[in-house]
Amino acid sequence: MLANEIFDRLKTEFGDAILAFDDTQPTDPFIMVQTDKVFDVCYSLRDNDEFQFDYLMCLTGMDLGENVGVVYHLYSMKFKHKVVLKVVAPKADPKVPSVEMLWKTADWHEREAYDLMGVQFEGHRNLIRILCPYDWEGHPLRKDYETPEFYHGMKVSY
Amino acid sequence: MGLLNKLDDPYEGGGIVLGKVEDLLNWGRSKSDWYLHFGLACCAIEFMAMNASHFDFMRFGTIPRTSPRQADFIMVTGTVTFKMADRIKVLYEQMAEPKYVISVGSCSNCGGPYWEHGYHVLKGVDRIIPVDVYIPGCPPRPEAFEEGMMLLQSKISKQAIFNKRKKLEAEL
Ligand code: SF4
Repeated sequence: MLANEIFDRLKTEFGDAILAFDDTQPTDPFIMVQTDKVFDVCYSLRDNDEFQFDYLMCLTGMDLGENVGVVYHLYSMKFKHKVVLKVVAPKADPKVPSVEMLWKTADWHEREAYDLMGVQFEGHRNLIRILCPYDWEGHPLRKDYETPEFYHGMKVSY
Repeated sequence: MGLLNKLDDPYEGGGIVLGKVEDLLNWGRSKSDWYLHFGLACCAIEFMAMNASHFDFMRFGTIPRTSPRQADFIMVTGTVTFKMADRIKVLYEQMAEPKYVISVGSCSNCGGPYWEHGYHVLKGVDRIIPVDVYIPGCPPRPEAFEEGMMLLQSKISKQAIFNKRKKLEAEL
């Protein structure tokens, strides 16, 4: 199934929760999804007999200035089709529903996006830092991140 | 160190070596250093080449140990992140004296490629533990490892064991 067909099916199923479809970019075509509906959309993509997206290839966090974004790359082993979903959330309150219950891959990927980009995945059962130390402050890959001066008494930058 | 060369010049009857106990002990110490390998990043991959048969690190008398208690020196090979820096400190403190440190690669010497933007990298392992030998490179060639090991051996074989304070004062 092509990405625009998937978009049409999702549009009939979820209506306004599916915001836009974009295949003008040089990247894979992607579907913008309303942030609080992303779990339901992903649930349908995984379990609907037509889609069967059983593989989350990658989950990415993005810094978009005012907002943070999350990108989902999905793949179906059976039908060999793929789709890209994107959601955005304001930086002040970066809450995105977790898909950790749907794909085990999302467990560590969401922890990474939380650790480095500060996306709060709601419903994740173990949302703790994965790369930085547990007592690290801030989310280092955000563009407005300020490097701390000291960590445990060790100077950071010279 | 030439301890065995003295056998070429034997006293009557032969087989007698005259030397200082300190030299003998240092000779033994420098020729059988067991090390705690602390592989952290790509330099540790180069160290695998060093350990393999082509360069054969063990001909220096080094044996890799997995416990700091049994190690004479620690080989810090790679990027020392702050998360690891805490652990390195603990491991170093767990080693028994006398203990030595070899810092391998630009990362553990000075932060290397992470000098400017590495919010997570300690800018040189010598900021938390004292380093005896620095091996430069990104990563160093196995030949550089060999030279570093020989430098450490020559350092050990010159060290004072008895009357340390007296000898130090004489040097100053
Ligand atoms: S010095 Fe270079 S090769 Fe060694 S750990 Fe750092 S980046 Fe990797």
